[in-house]
Order: sequence, then structure tokens, then C-alpha cells
Amino acid sequence: MTTLPAVSGRRRTTDRVARGITLALTLIALVPLVLILYYLIKEGIGAWSGDFFGTDPTGRFLGDPGGVKSAIVGTIVMVALASAIAIPIGIGVALYLVEYGKRGKFANVVRYFVDVMTGVPSVVFGLFVYIVLVVTKVGGTFAAWKGAVALALLMLPVVTRSAEVVLNLVPDSLREGALALGAPRWRVVFKIVLPTALPGLVTGSLLAVARAAGETAPLLFTAAFVFGTQFDLSQRMNSLPLQIFNDVSQAQDRLVQRAWGAALTLVLLVLLLTLLARLVQRRSRLA
Amino acid sequence: VSTDITRGAPPAHAAPPTSAKPVVQRGDRVFSGLAKYAGILILVVLAGVAAFLIAQAFPALVAPAEEIPGGNGFVAYVAPLIFGTLFAALIALVLATPLAVAVALFITHYAPRRLAQGLGYLVDLLAAVPSIIFGLWGRDVLAPATVELTDWLYGNLGFIPLFAGPPSATGRTMLVAGVVLAVMILPIITAVSREVFLQTPKLHEEAALALGATRWEMIRMAILPYARSGITGAAMLGLGRAIGETIAVTIVIGNSPNIGDTIFSQGYTLAAVIANEFGEAASDPTHRAALIAAGLVLFVLTLLVNAIARYFVNRAERGERTVPQGMAG
Repeated sequence: MTTLPAVSGRRRTTDRVARGITLALTLIALVPLVLILYYLIKEGIGAWSGDFFGTDPTGRFLGDPGGVKSAIVGTIVMVALASAIAIPIGIGVALYLVEYGKRGKFANVVRYFVDVMTGVPSVVFGLFVYIVLVVTKVGGTFAAWKGAVALALLMLPVVTRSAEVVLNLVPDSLREGALALGAPRWRVVFKIVLPTALPGLVTGSLLAVARAAGETAPLLFTAAFVFGTQFDLSQRMNSLPLQIFNDVSQAQDRLVQRAWGAALTLVLLVLLLTLLARLVQRRSRLA
Repeated sequence: VSTDITRGAPPAHAAPPTSAKPVVQRGDRVFSGLAKYAGILILVVLAGVAAFLIAQAFPALVAPAEEIPGGNGFVAYVAPLIFGTLFAALIALVLATPLAVAVALFITHYAPRRLAQGLGYLVDLLAAVPSIIFGLWGRDVLAPATVELTDWLYGNLGFIPLFAGPPSATGRTMLVAGVVLAVMILPIITAVSREVFLQTPKLHEEAALALGATRWEMIRMAILPYARSGITGAAMLGLGRAIGETIAVTIVIGNSPNIGDTIFSQGYTLAAVIANEFGEAASDPTHRAALIAAGLVLFVLTLLVNAIARYFVNRAERGERTVPQGMAG
């Protein structure tokens, strides 16, 4: 009776070494994440206080710099408006691609350019909105709603991409069943396709919202910077990323400290949205 | 029995149903129209971005050389920026690609299931961190930490052209920008590589293992050749991100435009110059046009890189469908 020869020592060693190297590289890749989270918490918590969340930046270089209330409010307002613009349009484009255009020529062109749009740097969208809406002085110069438009342009391809994937997961048998019962296509979409895909659509949209909340470059040229809290969309509006950007370049410890506090706030906001997206995804009936 | 029914019906209905044409309702037409216009909107926006950037950049291309910032014309203005952009992005690519491929391999083929899932979440977490946070961390933590190292490398290995200094005293250098960018593009390269690795035909993997290959030999023989195109595409997608990244780079790169400097000197990128000089340019039309032209160059650069990336990624995806039938059987 013969036994198969065991794997030779050299080959087994090579295998072990390869496994060790991938493990080591994986750990190295995670070092920055750990360091960033560590410093965020260490430096950020120290800046937090009631005043930090309750007062606006004072604009004073020396003395009390104030808090970040206007930045938090501004980020929420502008991201909400951007979502109200981008999510319906993005899902609309995805519906066109999945329900109507399918593999047609025009649909493929749209699909290709959605991909292209995903790769356009956010600063270019900011510049575009700046040229079209700020330079031309449509309703004043810098305004919160223009910032929201720039953010919406950024979110649009992300929403579309994720929505298309989810809509494609809705089984065709559901559509066919409803169509066979005589339902018009649009009712099939609203009563069958969208409700089935809802959790996935919410997940994709929340991830897009999270991305928009952290964007700085598009707001720089569109919503600009201001100290006070306000809700008027036609005026300049503060935001967390811009507040951090302004504070970090100051040679003033208290401002840099405030930047860390604002950074921790922003990361928690984004992580909360991401976590929410994951929870919704888990409840989805589709794959 | 059925004839009774038709007989009982009025004469007009006695004729057989005239057509099987689907009923197109008004709701349907409105809705499909709306959906299509949403699709058209995407094309309009992108065409608009290109058209407006070109129109507004034009004055900078025809302006007399001395009016452009720097006083030597637009090409001299933009060349160091392109150099800095590509240099920082390449540092990032060289650092991030091997790490990302290793992470993707470890997650898909080495790690136990539980651990793999956890690692996947952590990489996603890294992708969720806003770029301004990387900038803040790079400037406040990473840059100061590199000063000693760069000084030592310059002192002892300065004869290597890459390390020729002198290093920036603040630590805000090309190298730090490259490292920060590497951390930022790691998640996308990992995500795409993971997808590609998972698409490798299971039968190839099992065949390799059945022939007695160790896991690493299986990876080398069945997975890597199959995934090469996908990894290239993933790296290019990462490169596109690195080229377009603005705020983090603006904060850590030190903002000084020079060609031919080393990784220890300060640099400048297309995106960073737009973010930085935009305020002062508001009152100077030529300066503003120059910045918009820089934005146009950045736009074209990212379009090119992404088009190449898509080509490779799509080829990798097509590869799955063209697996020789004989092997699948």
C-alpha cells in the first residue's frame, strides 16, 4: 500500500511565509485606522463641552474661540437639501436603467457616464457650481443652496449606482406576476419593485449622505464660510468640514483643538449614518 | 356553451379582439418620460461641467504670459502642479497597491470567516472617514512624526536621488501627502480586488488544490493570473482618487510648486492650488481663469485614468463569462 508523498518542507514553508506576509501586510494596513481613531478620541474628547456644541465660533484669534454650533447646523441643513435633490433623481435614473432602458444603447451610454461621474473629483464639481451659480451671481454670490447643489452632484452617481444594483436584485417573477395581472408598468414599479427594494435603496442613499457630509472641497467655493448659525438657504452657511479646514491651518492651539473636537463630531455623525445603513441592509429580504 | 355567450353579446363585440397591443397608459408615459429625463440629466451635467470649464479656462490660455501667476505663462504655471499631482499619487499607489492586494487576499483566502467579515468592516470604516480627517491627522500627527526620520534618511542616505533633501522642517512633504493618500485609496483598491478574487472560478481553485497545490500555489496558479487585469483596474481607480483628492493633500503637502524636488520637499497639486488660491483669485479674472484651467486639466486627467481603469475592470468581469466551457464541464 502506497501513501501519497507529503508536501515537501520547502513548499510548506513557502505557503506559511506567504500566509504570514499577507497577515502582516493586513495588520500594517490597519495601523493608520487605529492611529486615526486613537488621536480623534484622545484630542477630540478634550475639546468637547456644553459650550462647544452650544455656541457659534467667535472668530477671535486670541481668547475664547467659541464652539461649532453653526457648523453642525449648517452641515445638517445642506446635506438634507442635497439629499432631497440627489436621492429622487438618482433613484429615477436607476429606475430608467433597470425598468425601461435595460440593455439599450442609450441606457448603456447613461450607465457609462454615471461611472465617469463617480470618478470626477469633488473639487471639480465645486468649481462647476462656482462658475455656473456663484460667478453669475444667481441670487447673490455664496449661498447654502449652491453648496447643497454641489453636494447633490457628488451624491447623484453614488445613489444611482447602488440603486441600480439593488433594483436588479428584485426578482423578475414579481414584475411578471404583477404585469400578468394587468397592472401598468408604473404601478408595478411603485407597488412591487420599489417596496421590495426599499431597504437596499435606503442603505445606498445613507452611504451617499455619509459621503456628502464629509466633503469639504465643493463647499469651499459655494457655501463659503461664516460664523453665525442661520437657516436662510440664500446666505453663506458654515459646515463642519470647512470649520475644521479653517481651524487646522491656524497657528493657535485652541483653534487646532477645536478642529479635533469638530473632527470627532463629524466622524461620529458619518459613522452613525454608516451604521444605520448596515442595520437597514441586514433587514433586507434581497441577497 | 361558449358560442352562446358571443351570440348574446352586441354585434360590435362579436368580432374577435382587434389586437394584442399592450395598453400604454398616461401614467406609464409620464413615468417612463421622467425616468428617461433623469438619465439625460446626468449627460447634461457632465457635458455642462466640460463646457463651462473650457469656456471659463479659455482666458487663461490666451492671456499674455506675464498676467498668469508666476509671470511665465500658463504652461509654466501648471507644469509643476501636474508633476506634484502625479508624484504624490504615484507614491500613494506604490504604497497602497501591495497592501490592498494583500488585505484582499487575506480576507478572501486566508482568514477564517468571522475574522474576514470583521476585517471587511474595518476596511469599509476606513473608506467612510472624511478626507478632512485624514488631512488633520496627517498635519498634526504624521507630519511632525516624520521629521526625525526624514532628517536621518537625508543625513545617511542623501546620496540616493530620491532622498536628496533638504527635508521640510514642518514635515509637510510629498512623502507625507503620499502616505495620507495611500491610506485613503487603500479601501477602494481592496474592495475591487476582493470582488475580482471572489470571481475566480471555484473549479480552477479546487482543481489546483486537488492536484496537491498548497494554498499559496493555488493563489499563484489559479487566482493571480485570472485577477491580474482586475487588480490593474483597481489600482487605476485608486490612482484616479489620489489625483483628484483635494483637502487632505492641501493640508499636508506644504503647498510650494517645484519640479524635480525629492519626496522630502514640499509640493503642490492641481486640486490643492484650486482650494488654496481660490480666495485671492476672486478679484483677479486671469488668476481665476488660470485656476479653472487647472481644474480642467485635473478633470481631463481623472477622466483618462478612470477610462483606463474601467477598461481593465470590465475586462476582468468579462473574463468570468469567457471561461473555457471544457473546464467548467
